[in-house]
Amino acid sequence: MEILMSILIGFLFMAAVYLILSRSLLRIIIGTGLLSHGTHLLLLTMGGLGGESAPVLAEGITDYADPLPQALILTAIVISFGVTAFSLVLAYRAYKVVGTDNMDLMKGNEDND
Amino acid sequence: MSLIFAIFLPIIIALVIPFLFKKVSNIHTGWFVLLVPLALVFFYGAYIPSVMDGNTYIEEFSWIPSLDISLVSYIDGLSLLFSLLITGIGALVVLYSIFYLDKEKEKLGNFYVYLLLFMSAMLGVVQSDHLISLYFFWELTSISSFLLIGYWYTKDRSRFGALKSMMITVFGGLMMLGGFVLLGIMGKTFSIRELIDQAPILAGHEFFVWALVLVLIGAFTKSAQFPFYIWLPDAMEAPTPVSAYLHSATMVKAGLYLVARFTPLFALSEVWVWLVTGVGLLTLFWGSVFAVKQTDLKAILAFSTVSQLGLIMSLLGIGSISYHVTGNLMTTFTIATFAAIFHLMNHATFKGSLFMIAGIVDHETGTRDIRKLGGLMSLMPISFTIAMIGSFSMAGIPLFNGFLSKEMFLDATLSLQHFNVHSLESWWILFPIVAWIASVFTFVYSLYFVFHTFLGKHKPELLPKKAHEAPWGMLVSPSILATLVVVIFFVPNYFSTMFIKPAVAAIQPLAYQVPADIGFKIKAWHGFDSPALYMTLGVFLIGFILYKTIEKWTPVYERIPAKMSLNRFYDGLMNLSDKGANRLSSSYMTGSIRSYLLYMFAALIILLALTMWIKDAFVMDLTYLAPIKFFEVLISIVLIISTLTILITKSRVTAIIALGAVGYTVALFYIIFKAPDLALTQLVIETVSVALFLGAFYHLPKMNKYENRKLDHRFRLNNFLIALGVGIMVTLIAIASHSQKLVKSISEYYKETVYSEAGGGNIVNVILVDYRGFDTLFEISVLTIASLGIIGMITVRLSKKKGDRKVEDK
Repeated sequence: MEILMSILIGFLFMAAVYLILSRSLLRIIIGTGLLSHGTHLLLLTMGGLGGESAPVLAEGITDYADPLPQALILTAIVISFGVTAFSLVLAYRAYKVVGTDNMDLMKGNEDND
Repeated sequence: MSLIFAIFLPIIIALVIPFLFKKVSNIHTGWFVLLVPLALVFFYGAYIPSVMDGNTYIEEFSWIPSLDISLVSYIDGLSLLFSLLITGIGALVVLYSIFYLDKEKEKLGNFYVYLLLFMSAMLGVVQSDHLISLYFFWELTSISSFLLIGYWYTKDRSRFGALKSMMITVFGGLMMLGGFVLLGIMGKTFSIRELIDQAPILAGHEFFVWALVLVLIGAFTKSAQFPFYIWLPDAMEAPTPVSAYLHSATMVKAGLYLVARFTPLFALSEVWVWLVTGVGLLTLFWGSVFAVKQTDLKAILAFSTVSQLGLIMSLLGIGSISYHVTGNLMTTFTIATFAAIFHLMNHATFKGSLFMIAGIVDHETGTRDIRKLGGLMSLMPISFTIAMIGSFSMAGIPLFNGFLSKEMFLDATLSLQHFNVHSLESWWILFPIVAWIASVFTFVYSLYFVFHTFLGKHKPELLPKKAHEAPWGMLVSPSILATLVVVIFFVPNYFSTMFIKPAVAAIQPLAYQVPADIGFKIKAWHGFDSPALYMTLGVFLIGFILYKTIEKWTPVYERIPAKMSLNRFYDGLMNLSDKGANRLSSSYMTGSIRSYLLYMFAALIILLALTMWIKDAFVMDLTYLAPIKFFEVLISIVLIISTLTILITKSRVTAIIALGAVGYTVALFYIIFKAPDLALTQLVIETVSVALFLGAFYHLPKMNKYENRKLDHRFRLNNFLIALGVGIMVTLIAIASHSQKLVKSISEYYKETVYSEAGGGNIVNVILVDYRGFDTLFEISVLTIASLGIIGMITVRLSKKKGDRKVEDK
């Protein structure tokens, strides 16, 4: 299963990078969203996908899934959400001010270099 | 501490000079400054008798003890001679400048502060026994020289000359620092004397030649040797007292000092001998040939300085041959060192006076262009006399000290025939020939300098001012120097015992223990069997003929220089580095974020792939894998399909919804992989994110939809290849690292102690708030900051006035 997950994560990364390299600001943010998903899944996969039960204490169970990567991912999800929300509003504001969401048109010009 | 204090005395006085300049306006500030070099002349003069006996003095001030860096003032024959030159000519130059610079019009405060700074720096250079403090003072001379050349900073040429000299001398200074550090590494000490003591051991070290070449580059740049001489003619934009002081008598001799000081250390290598001699002779030749071409009085003197410095340099080189021979030959070659120091002293006297005369001519006629000058003899008889003495000495005519050193120079080049290594038997003859031709040209430009200025037809209509004799004060200093020129010719051995022999003993410690061991006497008349006599006669004869026909052959210069000019090379180099750096950075700094992302991703792929390949890191281990289940495959397929949808779709609503699908699928993965808290959070957050995306989409461009569609959905092979590379690298690394787990997880501890230690059942939650609660605290801070930032972005509106727009953009 880990091999399959690795390939899946690689695919997510590929899609994310391709989107990040595009011109529209929205697609770039979608790309970062995919990148976070890929990273979270990578964390989970690297912790090992075995484990009979969720890491909540219960009678008669000894084989729990690894709780540490889950805690790390939980933190990472929240942080990436904060950053995504911030960059979305930034994109919205940038559009209001500059009037475009095309990254190629948002370059510094001769005066602003 | 008196020796160390003496070095810093000028700097200390420099601190009060601006106050004196501002408060005491009826007395020329120079008079106060004059006291400093005068006091120092007497101070150093008191050391002459005991240094003549071979005594040395040393004084140390610990500066940075933990790094073994200290200021060491070391007085022997060589450093005493230089100290006396610096303070003596310094006093004369200050006296001259009092009459040269107007106290109303000039910023004298600045001038004398720079000059005193320079004086301290030079004293530090010649007395330092510690390499690092020597370098410190060395750069201080570069900086104060830069300030002095750019003294009239409103003139373009001054700023150009100052910058050029700064670039070249600091380049050399940095090279020299490299050499010093190598020496420090080799000898495990920064003290020059201690390094010299272990010279035979160091000579075998692999860094030795490197250190030698680097130190020589420093000396060559400072002493304006070929090809670094180009800064000196441009430094003539400085006030004339500065040119006389720095660019003839003192600073340009710092390189000669360095070569002389390091001779006992480096002369063991033949590279040193041939580099110093060869570059010196080349500089001598080049400088003398191009001096004739100049039309500006100070430019003639600048090229003549270059050529004379080359002469002294080559003599030092020939003198260091004495380290390679034994017996009588050793004496033959140490005479070259003697001649070098002798000419160094002579040059300081006659070149100083000539510069002052050039300044006087400029001051009294308003021009330095030799084509406009002429016939000043009757108007300025004293200046003419001094100029004649200086020029004749420079040309090497009897009755003046230049003759003595020129004779000794020709003798020294002839003595090269006795040095028979590397089949020099047939080649040595080149050296005297080059030296002889250079002497002829020296003769020509010396006569040209004095006679074209003072003889011939007076052309008052070309002169900006009505020419007349200079005030007495201006003539005092050059008169003293000119007197010395003549006096040294008549009693050379008196000066030789006092100054030259102690210096030679310092440079040639192997040959002579004390100055009294040097039995050599300077004679004006060598007898008819001396070949140097016939060479000198030849110089006079050919030189005179060339001078008489000077109008006929100077047009030859018009043809050569354009291509051979080193200035053009320097300008080109400066242009190239300026424009080249600009072009280089604008070629990759496109301003587009996509290019930067491309560089980053490409670098990531290349670095990771290379590392994996070199370290042979890719391993695939199939033993510890979890089994593949049907549901997981199904969800994977859903995930791939929704991701592909994002990539392919033309509508952005579809893309956002597909992103939502990806998020929910990931939540499903969390469920399958036994992570209930993650699944819960993921579901909620994905919902909110999609809502946010839709909100942003609602507000994002409508009119741009068209344009975006076109831009976004063209397939781009570059981007795809980079993305594919990143994806493959991530997969490979994930598989490889999963296959090589080196240590066991620490999670067993959490599982065992979660109830007993923390009193909870949900291990993930206990980790978040108990075991690793700090992470959670700052994750809360991140959310707070993000929400505050969002509020700020939405509510704060900067005014949209024209002037404010830029601020808002950034």
